[in-house]
Order: sequence, then C-alpha cells, then structure tokens
Amino acid sequence: MPTFFEAKQLVTPGELLAEGEFQAGENTYVEAGKIFASRIGLVDLDNKKVNVVALRAFYVPKPGDIVIGSVIEVGFNGWTIDIKAPYTAMLRASDVLSRPFKPQNDELSQVLDAGDLIVAKIASFDRAHDPQLTVGEPGLGKITRGQLMRIVPTKIPRVIGRKGSMISMIKTETNCQIILGLNGVILVTGKNPADEELAMRVIKKIEDESHTTGLTDRITQLLKEEKAKREEIKQ
Amino acid sequence: MSEKHEKLIDKKGIRLDGRKADELRSLKLEVGVLPNADGSAYVEHGKNKILVGVFGPREVHPKHLMKADRMVLKCRYHMAPFSVPERKSPAPSRREVELSKVIRESLEPALFPELYPRTGIDVYVEVLQADGGTRCASITAAALALADSGIPMRDLVVACAAGKVEDTVVLDLYDAEDKLGAADVPVAYMPNLNAVTLLQMDGQLSPEEFEKAVNMAMDGCKKIYALQKEALKNKYMTTKVETKEETEE
Repeated sequence: MPTFFEAKQLVTPGELLAEGEFQAGENTYVEAGKIFASRIGLVDLDNKKVNVVALRAFYVPKPGDIVIGSVIEVGFNGWTIDIKAPYTAMLRASDVLSRPFKPQNDELSQVLDAGDLIVAKIASFDRAHDPQLTVGEPGLGKITRGQLMRIVPTKIPRVIGRKGSMISMIKTETNCQIILGLNGVILVTGKNPADEELAMRVIKKIEDESHTTGLTDRITQLLKEEKAKREEIKQ
Repeated sequence: MSEKHEKLIDKKGIRLDGRKADELRSLKLEVGVLPNADGSAYVEHGKNKILVGVFGPREVHPKHLMKADRMVLKCRYHMAPFSVPERKSPAPSRREVELSKVIRESLEPALFPELYPRTGIDVYVEVLQADGGTRCASITAAALALADSGIPMRDLVVACAAGKVEDTVVLDLYDAEDKLGAADVPVAYMPNLNAVTLLQMDGQLSPEEFEKAVNMAMDGCKKIYALQKEALKNKYMTTKVETKEETEE
C-alpha cells in the first residue's frame, strides 16, 4: 500500500496519489482501487486519508455557511441573491421581516433593493433545490459600510489560520472588522480607508502565497513594517 | 500525385518543415492568461495559436438545455477571420459546428458531471492562427483551461494527430501534410487512465498503418502531457520562487 507523493507536493488532476488501504479525501477520487487527484493542489496525508488542498476551486453552498452576496432581483415574496456559486440563492421575505409577510402592505424593494449587499447564512441546500438563505441571526443582514474583496474560496481557511490565529492578528493589527464569507467574498470595515486598504493587501498576499511555507512569519513582518511606516509619518 | 508538388518527405526521412517522422512541432503552453474567464489557457503548437476560456459551473442558458441530474458541457470552437490565409467568414461553418461537438465529447469523459446538477460549463475555443491539427491543440488547451478553472477532473485530456504522407506514417501533421497527405488520425487521450476519448480517421490506411499511427499519436500525447502538467504547475511555481528570493534577501 504505497503512496506516490511527498507531503505538500503540487499535483495536477489525474495524478496517481496512493494505492491500497487509504481513504480518498477532498479533491480526490477512486478508480480501480487507486486514489487520484481531481484538482490542482497540494497533497496531504492525514492519518490514512489522502487530501488535496485545492489551489483553484469554486464555492459550493453548504448549510450553515456564512456567505456574502448581492441582490440581483426583487421578487413577489423574496429576493434572488448572487452568492458567487454555481447556484443563485433565495432569501424569503418572511425571514427578513420577522413577522408574517403581507404582499399588500410590504414593499420588498424598500427593505432590500437590487444591488444591495448582504451577509447571510445558508439555511438549506441540496441537489434538487437552490440554496435558501437566512438573515435571522446576529451579525447577519444588509451591509451598510466597508469594502469588499474576492479571493479563491478554498483559501478562506488559510486566511482564518490555525484556530483563527491569522484573522485575529490581522483584525487587531489593522483595527478592522473583517467578515469572511465562505464563498470567497470578504467584507473589511475599518475606521479609515487606509486601514481597510492594508487589511485587504494582507489578505491578497495570503491568497497569492497560500501554498508556500513560512507565510505567517512574512505576514507578521509585513504588518510590523506597515505599522512602523505609519508611526514615522505621524512624527 | 507527388510529381505536381515538392516531395513531402525526402530520402533521409526529413519532412518539409525539417522534422523527422516521429517528431512533434514546437509547443508552448500557458495557463491563466485571461483574468475575466474562470479558467483559461493559451497554446502555440507549431504555427497554431489558440486561446481557450472556460466559464462555470454556472446557470445554463438557454434554460431548456439544463439537466436536472447533471452538469452540461457546452463548447464553441471558432476560427478568427484572420486565422487562415484567405479570410474566413466569422459565422460558424459546418466544420466549426462539428469540431465543437468533437471537442466537447472528448472532454466530457474527464469531468464528473453528476457532482453539480442543473449547472453548465462553457468552453470557448478561439483559433487565432491555424496550421493543421487545431482540433488536437484545442483539446489540449481546453483541458488545461478546465483544470485552471478549478473544475474537478479525472485526468487532463491530451490530443495529438498522426497520419500518412508519401507512404510513411508520421506524427503531428501540419497544414500542407494534412492537405496533400494520404491520411490523418487525431487521437485524444487521458494518459493516467489510459483511456482514449477521441479517435477519428480521415483518408485511407491499412490496418497495420492504422495501428502504427494510433500508437505514434498516443506516444506524442504522452510527451505533450508532460508539458501540460508543467504548464499547470508553472503558474504556481513562479510565486513560490519569488517568495523564496524574498526570504533570502
């Protein structure tokens, strides 16, 4: 039962990874008892499970995920939301209004109009139905300020870091509020545009270099340097 | 026939463009060249220049093409008006419609359509310059673009042609050999799975010649496959090298 890769090796779709008593993990598939990669990424062996951390992928909705999307259409009893996924999501009016929805009384476009941005949670999704969103929890709802950026959705875990170490460091060092949509859309809200700019630059750097080693150190360094620069300007 | 034009192969077995019988044309592959597409690739195969953009998975339009249980793949092969010596009308010709279908069917076995029901992928193949063997180069580039877009794949698809000119079986025919030669056999192939996804023949070959041509084309595919993997990895290797230099400073 051999494996055919070194840890963190870059693999392409179709590359043979392992044979025998291994489990096929993320971004892999089994054919005739052999495990192959199905996406370009870095291989990892976790116990007996062969995983490929994809470098390129798109977001697939999963119930419970926090996502950031934009309203593309105001319908009769809800909104159609673009969540940067293969499927468009629906947000029901009764969910937003938190009281029975009466079409004759409520004008939906006054609550959310086309182009408005929202933070929402995926309430349900399966093969046969488009995802349903909900905003009935604290922290969810319409976005009123801040800046948006998009990264490859598979790199969101890297931005979060181990037990949230990376994201909390960026938050405290830049004084920004950051909401990570698992669909790859990120909302950065700071006290001034310069703070937001810096946070976005750091996140972009993490995206570009997510597959390299020693990333955390370089990010810490970058944040320190930027801080020093600002101190100089102040004095 | 050979009295009318120059010999396509001389006595030493060297072809008109200076290649040996089993030699490929020069190949250049590049991945991620179009920021507006979800995935893209550019290939220069001899004098062929082909650009491929991939979009999706996304909602299918027109709606009636949508499948409730799987993803659909749509392909458009198109030749630019300036891709050939005589201006080609930009409207899709019979040949382009056929090649679109052929390319689609050779890529489909590499995908997992059941994973993303009710969605579609669009593959746009734009031939900027044509010099024979564009369907093969298109398939090679389209597979790279699909992998670049992050769509799960069983394997990369590689394509290469072999054929017969002047009673010799040769690899990777270019325009003149294709037109004046006796036969052309394009083969698309998934090397890791050892599966052929496209096999066509134009012209006449004896069973022995046919077998030789198919084997030759598959060997050519394997060579291109190595380049394909390298091109795909290159996109990420460059950032890796840059960061290494950074730390050395």
